[in-house]
Amino acid sequence: MTDTTSGNIIKQGLWTNNQALVALLGLCPLLAVSSTAINGLGLGVATMVTLVLTNMIVSSIRHWIKTEIRIPMFVIIIACVVTAIELLMSAHFHDLYLILGIFVPLIVTNCAIIGRAEAFASKNRFLHSTLDGLMMGLGFTVILVILGAVREVLGYGTVFRHADLMLGEWAGQLSVTVLSDYQGLLFAILPPGAFMGLAVLIALKNKIDRIQMARQVSVESVGVTFESKN
Amino acid sequence: MEPEPSMKSLRLNNNILSAGWMLAITALLGTALMVVVNWHSQPYIKVNERQVLLKTLNTLIPASMYDNDIVNDTVLLQDMDLLGSENDSLIYRARKNNNPVAAVMTIIAPDGYTGPIALLVGVNYAGTIQGVRVVKHRETPGLGDAIDIERGDWILSFNGKSLSNPQATGWKVKRDGGEFDQLTGATITPRAIVQSVHKALRFYRQHRSEIFYIEPTTTE
Repeated sequence: MTDTTSGNIIKQGLWTNNQALVALLGLCPLLAVSSTAINGLGLGVATMVTLVLTNMIVSSIRHWIKTEIRIPMFVIIIACVVTAIELLMSAHFHDLYLILGIFVPLIVTNCAIIGRAEAFASKNRFLHSTLDGLMMGLGFTVILVILGAVREVLGYGTVFRHADLMLGEWAGQLSVTVLSDYQGLLFAILPPGAFMGLAVLIALKNKIDRIQMARQVSVESVGVTFESKN
Repeated sequence: MEPEPSMKSLRLNNNILSAGWMLAITALLGTALMVVVNWHSQPYIKVNERQVLLKTLNTLIPASMYDNDIVNDTVLLQDMDLLGSENDSLIYRARKNNNPVAAVMTIIAPDGYTGPIALLVGVNYAGTIQGVRVVKHRETPGLGDAIDIERGDWILSFNGKSLSNPQATGWKVKRDGGEFDQLTGATITPRAIVQSVHKALRFYRQHRSEIFYIEPTTTE
């Protein structure tokens, strides 16, 4: 964990310490909003922006913060950043706000943000903290989009529906009807579907890790047997 | 040995105090930032919200039908029984050359499957429905949410309907012997909406002169 090279920060954020799959932080917004891929993308991007900003702020004032009151300080900073984002978005990007608006207040409830402020930004350099925010946010976003896409296919038979609402007219072509004339699996869209979907993703990640570890171990054990003549 | 505990407590006191100050200053700075951002954003937000509202109203009453300031030409009327809310219901009025042409009523269908459903009902002066839209609902995704124009065309089946088309007995879903389709897997939701729209039309017939000739209520 003390290894703070850029490469390791990227790896931690996207895979080893993925906030959604490993840290299991921010589950409330994650499960509530991942009913379609585009919803997931919306929440993910909003979370990423918040995470980068709060990490930047916390990191740049880390020498002045007294340890005893760091948590309330983080809470104030995060609440201010989220509120400012919401207001500015509503004022200047109203179309986007109408789609993302409901997700933005949800970010306050995302423990991943305060988690990164506490675990990383309060101890590390500005640039590293910024990168950490970006990567943790990106890892969260990727999982949200995958989970959203899976639930959307099972639930509605489409992927990236309403992409044009968020990304502009051109994105209308992104919407793919995977299963036409599909009745829809209600279970996937309702909250239990979110839990099951996330569980499957976590299981998949663990499986991949297990396979990789087994490969490493087998390489090592071959070496060991060779040396110890057993 | 005497002074040491008091020194210690003094240092502790100082520590607590400076921490308190730091929190207070942060909170103040945060509040100040919020005030500035809010002060900057509010005018833009007002304009944006107005435009969104206007866009929704125009899907019910085409802009070519009226020439007044429909967003501000409103009246608040209350009728728990027919409009579904114990609060005042907002009614937008469309006029051309000062003659009333249409009204958009905001009503509540209180008996949706998962709570109240907020609706906009647009009627022309004669009392024929221009269009109905669901503004807010919490119906089951995949079943009841087909009432939303984003999810289905069902809500368009009200277009052109009035109190005489169909007659009162027809203002029900088909399962109850009426003329309106239910949705696959959801009967309660459409039933609630059909009833509420019918009631809104009755309210309109009873109160049409009030709706159009009361002085506008300012809704600032």
